[in-house]
Amino acid sequence: MSVALQIEKAARQFGGFAALKGVSLAIEPGELLALLGPSGSGKTTLLRLIAGLDHVDGGRILFDGIDGEALSLRDRRIGMVFQNYALFRHLTVAGNVAFGLKARPRAERPSGAEIERRVRELLDLVQLQGLERRYPSQLSGGQRQRAALARALAIEPRVLLLDEPFGALDAKVRKDLRAWLRELHKRTGHTTVFVTHDQDEALELADRVAILNQGQLEQVGTPDAVYDHPATPFVCGFLGETNRLPVEVRGGQAWIEDRPVYAASQTNLSGRADLYVRPQHLKLDRPDAALLGGVVELVRRHGAIRRAEIAVRGLAKRLDVDIGGGVAPARGERVGLRITKAHLFAAT
Amino acid sequence: MREGALARRLLIGLALTFLTLFLALPLAIVFVEALTRGWQAYRAALADPDSIAAIRLTLIVAAIAAPINIVAGIAGAWAIAKYEFRGKSLLTSLIDLPFSVSPVIAGLVYVLLFGAQGYFGPFLKSQGLQIIFALPGIVLATLFVTFPFIARELIPHMQSLGNADEEAALTLGASPWRTFLMVTLPNIKWSLLYGVLLCNARAMGEFGAVAVVSGKIRGLTTTMPLQIEILYNEYMGVAAFAVASLLALLALVTLAAKTFLEWRYADEIAAMRRH
Amino acid sequence: MSAASGRIGASSWRERSVLPGFGLSFGILVTALSLIVLIPLAALVLKAASAGPEAIWALASSPRVQAALRLSFGAALLAASINLVFGLLIAWVLVRYDFPGRRFVDAAVDLPFALPTAVAGIALAAIYAPNGWIGSLLAPFGIRIGYTAAGVLVALIFIGLPFVVRTVQPVLAEMEAELEEAAALLGASRWRIIWSVILPPVLPAAMTGFVLAFARAVGEYGSVIFIAGNVPMVSEIAPLLIVIRLEQFDYAGAAVVGVLMLLLSFLLILFFNLLQAGLRRRLGHV
Repeated sequence: MSVALQIEKAARQFGGFAALKGVSLAIEPGELLALLGPSGSGKTTLLRLIAGLDHVDGGRILFDGIDGEALSLRDRRIGMVFQNYALFRHLTVAGNVAFGLKARPRAERPSGAEIERRVRELLDLVQLQGLERRYPSQLSGGQRQRAALARALAIEPRVLLLDEPFGALDAKVRKDLRAWLRELHKRTGHTTVFVTHDQDEALELADRVAILNQGQLEQVGTPDAVYDHPATPFVCGFLGETNRLPVEVRGGQAWIEDRPVYAASQTNLSGRADLYVRPQHLKLDRPDAALLGGVVELVRRHGAIRRAEIAVRGLAKRLDVDIGGGVAPARGERVGLRITKAHLFAAT
Repeated sequence: MREGALARRLLIGLALTFLTLFLALPLAIVFVEALTRGWQAYRAALADPDSIAAIRLTLIVAAIAAPINIVAGIAGAWAIAKYEFRGKSLLTSLIDLPFSVSPVIAGLVYVLLFGAQGYFGPFLKSQGLQIIFALPGIVLATLFVTFPFIARELIPHMQSLGNADEEAALTLGASPWRTFLMVTLPNIKWSLLYGVLLCNARAMGEFGAVAVVSGKIRGLTTTMPLQIEILYNEYMGVAAFAVASLLALLALVTLAAKTFLEWRYADEIAAMRRH
Repeated sequence: MSAASGRIGASSWRERSVLPGFGLSFGILVTALSLIVLIPLAALVLKAASAGPEAIWALASSPRVQAALRLSFGAALLAASINLVFGLLIAWVLVRYDFPGRRFVDAAVDLPFALPTAVAGIALAAIYAPNGWIGSLLAPFGIRIGYTAAGVLVALIFIGLPFVVRTVQPVLAEMEAELEEAAALLGASRWRIIWSVILPPVLPAAMTGFVLAFARAVGEYGSVIFIAGNVPMVSEIAPLLIVIRLEQFDYAGAAVVGVLMLLLSFLLILFFNLLQAGLRRRLGHV
């Protein structure tokens, strides 16, 4: 197996707080991996450990098989795009991009003409032609991000790291840049790790998504895998919306009070458990045809679809149910519900 | 929603009267007194060899104190703004300590250490070294009173800048020195200049601390403020105010430069409204 | 796994950082601070202690020392209080009103920071001396400022003038107009708004300025000695006592007066800071 970056049981403590509790993760060459998690989950800590901007308290991080601790920051060759870009404000765009090349020891430093050529090439790549003489303060947010990217790419990085690359941008620019970044990655093929708290961003952009929570890796896999087959209740709840139904598992069925609501044949759980059902996996049915039923409390618009809130006997919380193109039920109407797909986890 | 026009005028008038009484008048009288016998007398007073020696000594002391303060100030700000360590807030207040110590005490402590009857007095005498009543003592006393100025400007500015720029430079392969010279220094240059300006104004104008250690040997260990005192006590008013007018001009230039920096680089001079 | 173990706990008193230069910068700071400030101050304490308790007590209870300390601390407190009031006024006028030359006045407030104290000293002396610009106006009424304790006060007002203005100004400038507008909509009178809406948030900052002005004034020497006349028991300030002791080569005596001054002023500053902390808590600041 070829691995560009191997993280082995990486741990980091801040004072008494364990920011990272032994995370292991292998990143393949050329892959675009998202580190996804809520704030405080340890994703930025992990990114800084990879960058060498922070040191592990336990475990290690291998670059092409070499322990990162043995590498100087220069030898790690990490291209990092910082959250607020950290562009050098007193240097022009060209000066920023050339910084890494000019900083090389004299023997390895390219000639002035070569540096100029590389800078032009990179600015073409990130579509900042003609802006090389601008200062960072004269750029828009999106342009700054691309300048920071060009600067990071200039050192021909082993791994490209992006810390919340779209965090500082407004919604419209964010969408455009997302597509553009994926396109760029396809063209250049850099091994790339980016941190985000935005699930849509991670699912749309990444080859694989690593989901972190409270300093631990919950799951890593392709966007489809983590979305369709969440390994933990956290992943299930964090990716997309979900209803949590406390159930009792016995005899291959999940029960709410005296009603079997879902066939739990593929689990070895028994006793109290939680059933996670996404709103789109609840289908309306005739009240008498389904074992799960309730009263419509509210119907509201939710983007392209409509969503009903349904109060079910035996459940403390109303269920969110997506309604397709059909006729929306009226408020107060009794409806039946069918679960087409769900995930069952031991009760927390 | 506001005070009436009358109240407003009254308040402005009161504030301006107070400021005239305590700021404008003292400044004005320096120049009036200096020129009271005319331009010739003014020029003659400044041409006095002792006054020229005092001006020279003042410039020398400031020129020695500035680089030491710059190095210590940058180092101090770097250590405090860039790292987390135990005892940091104590260290920060120790940097500010000279501000709450009387200048006379700042001079006194060096007399106690290096004076003829001081702790190191006999040793210095045996080595033929003189610190008190000589240039080194004047420099030390000046350093004591100006020690906080630069670090105090730089610390809040560097803290607000954060570490990301330096981290970016390091990941791009820059050496520590290159990172400092190419990234940190350009980032802090205006607040550094601001600090140097204030530090210099104080260094050239310090009286109490220097008075204690200088011995006031005319033409040798007399800085401009001390020369002012000597002349004033000898009832040479015009001469005293002539030398004072130079320091007052320095103060005005400092104020103008300071105001310019505050106006032009407001967000980079974090501490501008603090002391 | 074992590779990491050797790196843990290299230094527990500080957090590790990739930024280079901690040792160098920390070393320079601590060395400079020790050589220039801390060791000399330690020598002061040592010297004062060497005088022995009886001598210290004799000096501390001598009428001349007590009079000088009373004058230095009393005048400094009074000057800081006057600066508190006028500092609030000046800050208010500078932030809230527009008038010709406002920016110029704003810049001029810092003059006492930039003007050497000796220059200020002779200038104030010339103004308030019985034959000076203002002194001569007051003389017919029997009021004397120059060469009296009042002269000390005038000098201390001058050097402490910018502190309160500069600490209060940003707080006033940042204060949301909505607060006042809300209060006005609730029917509060203008004076009530000033008293209960504007003043409370400004007070802690003003207090900070007050303490800074006080700390500066207590030890002030250069601007005072020219105007004070330096009459023992009347207009002689504590720092001058140190100078006099030094001129008599009474190092221990000078050190004792110095330590007394530092002790008193640190105690007072501590008291004011506690007062201010209490004020902040009462007024709901963090």
